Amino acid sequence: MALTTESVDAIKKAAARYPHKKSAILPAITIAYRQIGYLYDDLYHEIADAIGVSANEVASAATFYTMFPKKKVGKYLIQVCTNIACGLMGAESLKEYLLNELDVKEGEITEDGLFTVVSVECLGSCTTAPMMQVNQTFYENLNKEKVDKILSELRKQA
Amino acid sequence: MEKKVLFANIDDPKQPEIDTYISKGGYESWKTVLKKMKAPEVIDTVKKSGLRGRGGAGFPAGMKWSFVPKDSPKPKYLVCNGDESEPGTCKDRVLMEHDPHLVVEGMAIAAFAIGASHAFIYIRGEFDYPACQMRKAIDQAYSKGFLGKNILKSKYNLDMVVHTGGGAYICGEETALLNSLEGKPGQTRIRPPFPAVEGLYACPTVVNNVETLSNVSLIIKNGADWYTSMGTEKSTGTRIFCLSGHVKNPGNYELELGTPMSYLINDLGGGMADGRKMKAIIPGGSSTPILLPDKIDTPLDFESVAAAGSMLGSGGVIVMHEDTDMVWVARTLAHFYMHESCGECTPCRQGTKWIYDTLTRIVSGNGEMEDIDILLDLCDNIEGKTICPLGDAAVVPIKSTILHFRNEYEHYIKNKKPLVENKFMSFI
Repeated sequence: MALTTESVDAIKKAAARYPHKKSAILPAITIAYRQIGYLYDDLYHEIADAIGVSANEVASAATFYTMFPKKKVGKYLIQVCTNIACGLMGAESLKEYLLNELDVKEGEITEDGLFTVVSVECLGSCTTAPMMQVNQTFYENLNKEKVDKILSELRKQA
Repeated sequence: MEKKVLFANIDDPKQPEIDTYISKGGYESWKTVLKKMKAPEVIDTVKKSGLRGRGGAGFPAGMKWSFVPKDSPKPKYLVCNGDESEPGTCKDRVLMEHDPHLVVEGMAIAAFAIGASHAFIYIRGEFDYPACQMRKAIDQAYSKGFLGKNILKSKYNLDMVVHTGGGAYICGEETALLNSLEGKPGQTRIRPPFPAVEGLYACPTVVNNVETLSNVSLIIKNGADWYTSMGTEKSTGTRIFCLSGHVKNPGNYELELGTPMSYLINDLGGGMADGRKMKAIIPGGSSTPILLPDKIDTPLDFESVAAAGSMLGSGGVIVMHEDTDMVWVARTLAHFYMHESCGECTPCRQGTKWIYDTLTRIVSGNGEMEDIDILLDLCDNIEGKTICPLGDAAVVPIKSTILHFRNEYEHYIKNKKPLVENKFMSFI
């Protein structure tokens, strides 16, 4: 079992809030993703068992939604919005800066296992562009100084 | 003038707390509805207010509610759409973060109006903080007896659940949202049947945007006449505009509908940043056609923006300066629609990829002059040929950039480089 008892309990609690338990598939995937950091085939069976649906139904949803990584990522997943509003404010250059600073290729994990940088579509932070999301947290109105500070704080926390 | 109606309390850091919300008259509308009003009166008031959907389509909210069959023995559902994913748009997030009880109260009143005992708010998965704020607000509303069983001894029961998504733009489309809420991939459904007749779990369902529902308690409190006194005859009330791009002061600004766009961009937004000239405006999120600077005085209401050749859409106003490569703009948005196509309809699934590949060929210096016509032909073969409006939206940036900036495409193809080099903020 990869899922902890806490995660399984949280999934069962989520399922109880819906008139139909299948609706708990996305919340359950979210709980599993947040515990483990990415999704894989065997995990779909565990999630399915916790809700009481088939693993196929879980896999069908999980593989459609791109927010959940399907392979291991760094401890901190940095998602840089490169859509139009952030792009106009230098998002491509922000991404290049991060990749240089962390000495890593897009989508790969830094040697210390801490960081993965990917570009993503609009995150709904257009008036505070450019921005990036690190795990669950939005960092907005970015400039070089702010990015340096965020990276050094994340390294300290790790 | 900014007209802070939805944003009246947005700067109060204590506003998300239920006691603060109540101290400013919050949940009074909900009490009035439960104690003094019948569902048809609530629907009638919202109809008279002229409130139109703030998600993008602008459909009258009260009319949508009235489509729910009253004699259906099935349970009914209210769904608040907080999937906010249209590039350029970030207003619902602000409401959920800073005034979540305004959303909860609007949802409760709407649920009552359609006879639903279950309400869901679908929030895009990346919006963790807004979802936390909404969960907290809903818990507080339960603890004060505004949600749950036999609310305020009215015999009315209402449960409210926060549901988070998985990062799919398509789930902002209401039928894809409903499939997603049922635990399925977010693919769209053919309409009819419309959700009001057969929606969530094949039961009558109303889906309304966060901003739309945030207006409801204020309309009940102040009356339909108060609401129609703001805005224009057909576009009543206020609207939150998300001003982004190359302006001095980007931000979310609430304005009466019908306020000139120049007021938003120049007076509130401070005009163009870095002293550069304006080149283009996307007035209502990435799915709306580009307007040139000569349209800057267009009043921001549904009819005027349509007359100017675009759409009011989701209220995301994106401003671009003269050093913006419009082929880059088209390719950036082409990538977005390709990534977000749900894959259900062949023209959209294949066409968005072909558009992106054609634009990539052009920017990599391998374009042919006929590629411009190929792009337009691809657009024709997507537009109007898909189940949902994503396909229609995907062709907008392509057609619109070719219409206004064909010379930039031609220059790229002839010279293997852009006519205009992007000059944006650099981190390196």
